[in-house]
Amino acid sequence: MRQAALTFRDLTLGYGSHPAIHHLNGVVQKGSLTAVVGANGSGKSTLMKGIVGALRPMAGNVVKMPGIRIAYLPQQSELDRSFPARVVDLVSLGLWPRRGLLGRHTAEDRASVSKALMAVGLEGFEPRALDTLSGGQLQRALFARVLVQDADLILLDEPFNAIDTKTVGDLIALIKRWHGEDRTVMVVAHDLELVRQNFPETLLLARRPVAWGDTSAALSAENMLRARRFHEAWEDDAPWCEPEGHDHGHGEHSHDHAHHDHDHHDQPARHRVVS
Amino acid sequence: MNSLYLFFIAPFADFAFMQRALAGSLMLSLGACPIGVFLMLRRMSLSGDAMAHAILPGAAAGFLFYGLEILPMTIGGLVAGVVVALGAGAVSRFSIQREDASMAAFYLISLAIGVLMVSIRGSSVDLMHVLFGTVLALNNEALVLIGGIAIATLVALFVFWRALVAECLDPLFLRSVSGLGSPVHFIFLGLVVLNLVGGFQALGTLLSVGLMILPAAAARFWCQRVGPMCVLAVAIGFASCVSGLLLSYHAALPSGPAIILSAGAAYIASLLVGPRGVLRSRLVHHRHRTA
Repeated sequence: MRQAALTFRDLTLGYGSHPAIHHLNGVVQKGSLTAVVGANGSGKSTLMKGIVGALRPMAGNVVKMPGIRIAYLPQQSELDRSFPARVVDLVSLGLWPRRGLLGRHTAEDRASVSKALMAVGLEGFEPRALDTLSGGQLQRALFARVLVQDADLILLDEPFNAIDTKTVGDLIALIKRWHGEDRTVMVVAHDLELVRQNFPETLLLARRPVAWGDTSAALSAENMLRARRFHEAWEDDAPWCEPEGHDHGHGEHSHDHAHHDHDHHDQPARHRVVS
Repeated sequence: MNSLYLFFIAPFADFAFMQRALAGSLMLSLGACPIGVFLMLRRMSLSGDAMAHAILPGAAAGFLFYGLEILPMTIGGLVAGVVVALGAGAVSRFSIQREDASMAAFYLISLAIGVLMVSIRGSSVDLMHVLFGTVLALNNEALVLIGGIAIATLVALFVFWRALVAECLDPLFLRSVSGLGSPVHFIFLGLVVLNLVGGFQALGTLLSVGLMILPAAAARFWCQRVGPMCVLAVAIGFASCVSGLLLSYHAALPSGPAIILSAGAAYIASLLVGPRGVLRSRLVHHRHRTA
């Protein structure tokens, strides 16, 4: 029996009163490599934010393995590219978990930064100013920062956007290396072919989890069709969602589960089932 | 040689008030200029201005109850500044409203209260000191206060440097690895208020922000990294203080505006000739490298 890196317990995440992740239950095993797949608005990024703690759950919770170190590469980073910093400054931020606010960066730390830059094919880029990097180069620098962070759980939100094919190959190789080092990795991706070839496990989201498990089974034609049927738009007059007798959406049931509304003026935790 | 001495050194050597003014304004630059660099890099330059206005009612309250006394006015300004900074910061952190809007709302309320209080007391020449400062009349109390603020600012910058840079460069990342994001933002706002309050003794509430922003904005045209940028900003601040005081001495100009105008001249010059300034970046390079 493997250890659980993450356990979702009836997790509902959302914005205002509307859920973007609805009643998610399940376990991410330690050392697993999971692709998170789904249409726009299906809750992939929201789930990532919920795991990191940038978004507080509306209901339920995420239980993390005690002492787990998380590295998170957001889809839209709030990085200020006009800030006067060099590539090495950006990547050195990844030393924070080890050195914190005041710890000195040792020669060893600097070596690990150089090694990380080499691993993403950016050797010699240390003194380059951030505003001179291309989009793909910046993304690789951010990957290098994740490398430096040396985390147990690595969350990558659409890391392959705006990246050329060769670099995607390099980055996949990095992800596989992490997988080999028994780190837990979750990657939001859109390229299903890429997912089928490289990710053992897949979580298919459509606000609720449509399927979660072995990639080939999760991405079956039937599941993909079910995932496509979900309604992206919120509806303000959607009825309440209540906990009693509620099937928590493990993907087995087929009734449409998308029309929900939680009014924050009136007990946000209350749910009423709709079918 | 002698005339150089007479022009540059004699005013400071011969007059105690010039020495005090120099000491006060140099210490002020030491803290305010690096703070200005971070204000600018966080696109909060105008927030500094807003904050300076927000300090007015506090200083006015001190003035109203105790007259032109440094301590009550300073404490009043500090309280008003902290209330506005924390209020605006909290609104932007915990609601959808951005900091520029919440800051504007809070400072306008604060400024209106300030003007109201000032008008209760009636017009007064002393009030001109609050608005425009009295760098040539800094007493020991004021110098100690300014020195303390400079030391506190430098220590705080040294301790929180890495967090401040991370919070500017990639706030989401800082939040994902550390809980310091919000505290560091508020510490920074506190430092802004502290330095503005220190500055209003010397330069007045309206101009104290000038010594913060202008040297920083000038340094931006020369440097590619934050550390050197802060050092250069302090150097520009120093030079502005010296030249402003000399200008004020020789031409009988009010000293506060003279200092700020000197910094303004440094800004215009940097804008024109700095490596990242207008002229050099517009210059078409006829030669280029192969890679």
